Amino acid sequence: MTEAPVAIAPDVYWIGALDPQLRVFDVILKTANGTTYNAYCVRGATGVAVIDTVKAEYADTFFERLEQVARYDEITVIVLNHLEPDHTGALPELMRRAPQARLYISVKAQLMLKGLLKSEDLSYTPVDTGDTVDLGGRTLTFLNTPFLHWPDTQCTYLNEEALLFSGDVFGCHFCDPRLFNDRVGDFRFSFEYYYQHIMRPFREHVRYGLDLIEPLDLKLIAPAHGPILRDTPRAYVQRYRQLAAPLLHNEAADRAKTLVIFYISSYGNTALMALAVRDGAESIDGVRASLYDLQGGEVTPFVDLIEEADGIVFGSPTINGDAVKPIWDLLSSLAVVNIKDKLGAAFGSYGWTGEAVQMLEDRLRGLKLRVPVAGVRVKLIPTGEELARCHEFGKQLAEHLTGRASRRVIDMSELLKEPSHAQG
Amino acid sequence: MPKANVTFEDIGVTVTVPAGTRLIEISEKVGAGITYGCREGECATCMMKIVSGMENMTERSVLEDKVLQENMASRKHRLACQAQVLGGEIVVRPG
Repeated sequence: MTEAPVAIAPDVYWIGALDPQLRVFDVILKTANGTTYNAYCVRGATGVAVIDTVKAEYADTFFERLEQVARYDEITVIVLNHLEPDHTGALPELMRRAPQARLYISVKAQLMLKGLLKSEDLSYTPVDTGDTVDLGGRTLTFLNTPFLHWPDTQCTYLNEEALLFSGDVFGCHFCDPRLFNDRVGDFRFSFEYYYQHIMRPFREHVRYGLDLIEPLDLKLIAPAHGPILRDTPRAYVQRYRQLAAPLLHNEAADRAKTLVIFYISSYGNTALMALAVRDGAESIDGVRASLYDLQGGEVTPFVDLIEEADGIVFGSPTINGDAVKPIWDLLSSLAVVNIKDKLGAAFGSYGWTGEAVQMLEDRLRGLKLRVPVAGVRVKLIPTGEELARCHEFGKQLAEHLTGRASRRVIDMSELLKEPSHAQG
Repeated sequence: MPKANVTFEDIGVTVTVPAGTRLIEISEKVGAGITYGCREGECATCMMKIVSGMENMTERSVLEDKVLQENMASRKHRLACQAQVLGGEIVVRPG
């Protein structure tokens, strides 16, 4: 069967590939009906542009479609909106077949391109927002949209057709050969799911990208995966704007920093500590502290809470030398939200050894949270004095959140006397 | 022995250290949010930002310079496992 290209606008063709059998994408995403790798060809009076390619296994299909709309010696421009291998798998062969074509990539894509092609001797043009390429009566304008969803990502706008080649933004894993959003099956779930798993950790960057995209006249959005959005394309832009906003209005946000405390307790000891930490944090004006028993909730809403919080504290007993599984389950579910630079801390009661607190602190640092106050560990049942330490710990966390913590000066020789990090 | 004051912005702590100390030795002890991988200047996991006081640090070695460039670091970035303090005031943060 001949793989036919599909015209999506005058002299603009979809030349991508369908992958209906794919069920898991990039380890983290499921898809119940596969995906598409969308590539496009734009013909102008003096030049031809190829925008993105496909996953390597689908290169033959891509070239078959491309050859029906352009000769290789006509191709003057190759645009890579995103260098991930599902869009660049056919690039080396395309460069071999069309050696005269000039590569246009974002500034941040340069080192990735060298890594991808394993060559330092490459010729390309790095482009930024507002840079253009003329194809003869047709103009491609670049929009630098970093972290949607890699540092290198950009969008490319075909001025004369008001057509945005958006890369992964506005895409989804949904495979339907009818291609256009007004003809394919219901892909709304896939669209939302894709945002939640791919774009959500970068929502500040999504907002930045939308600021560039929203002013454009948009007749059609041609993403790198899933349906081509020709019916009400702006509705998908508006939906992204909604998705990139906080889930609910935080009524305390204007007057308070938010500290969420998650705990789990075998015999009520870590729970007692959690209450004291909460009370200590609440004793500082401008902090809203909230307490959650991990046994009473599920991971997803807790991830939502963490996304909006300024500080996160974990209270865990130590069982057989480790923090407990519900804590690790939550801590291994945070890749979908941005938590960098939030305040983190840990505490807990233990019976024998008490490793959990430091393990959690190390994990929080690994997730790029700042951990300014060393955690409190208590052997078995906390005394009044130990609960006072927990109260003080909560207070110190609140002081750090509100910028009231005093800076401390330590001599290295003091640090060397201690087995682990020695904060206040 | 000359001393340097290294301030870790993320945790609000200043540590007074002897000249020649590598930043990794301090940040690990003090619990600053600089994480580590290979500790040999190859993986760039410990890349951090020198907020001020770059003149009080050793120069980049050829290896460190190569790794930083490969990771698209700015001129303000260093590897905590490679950079040593020489003296004076230095302010750093994870990054």
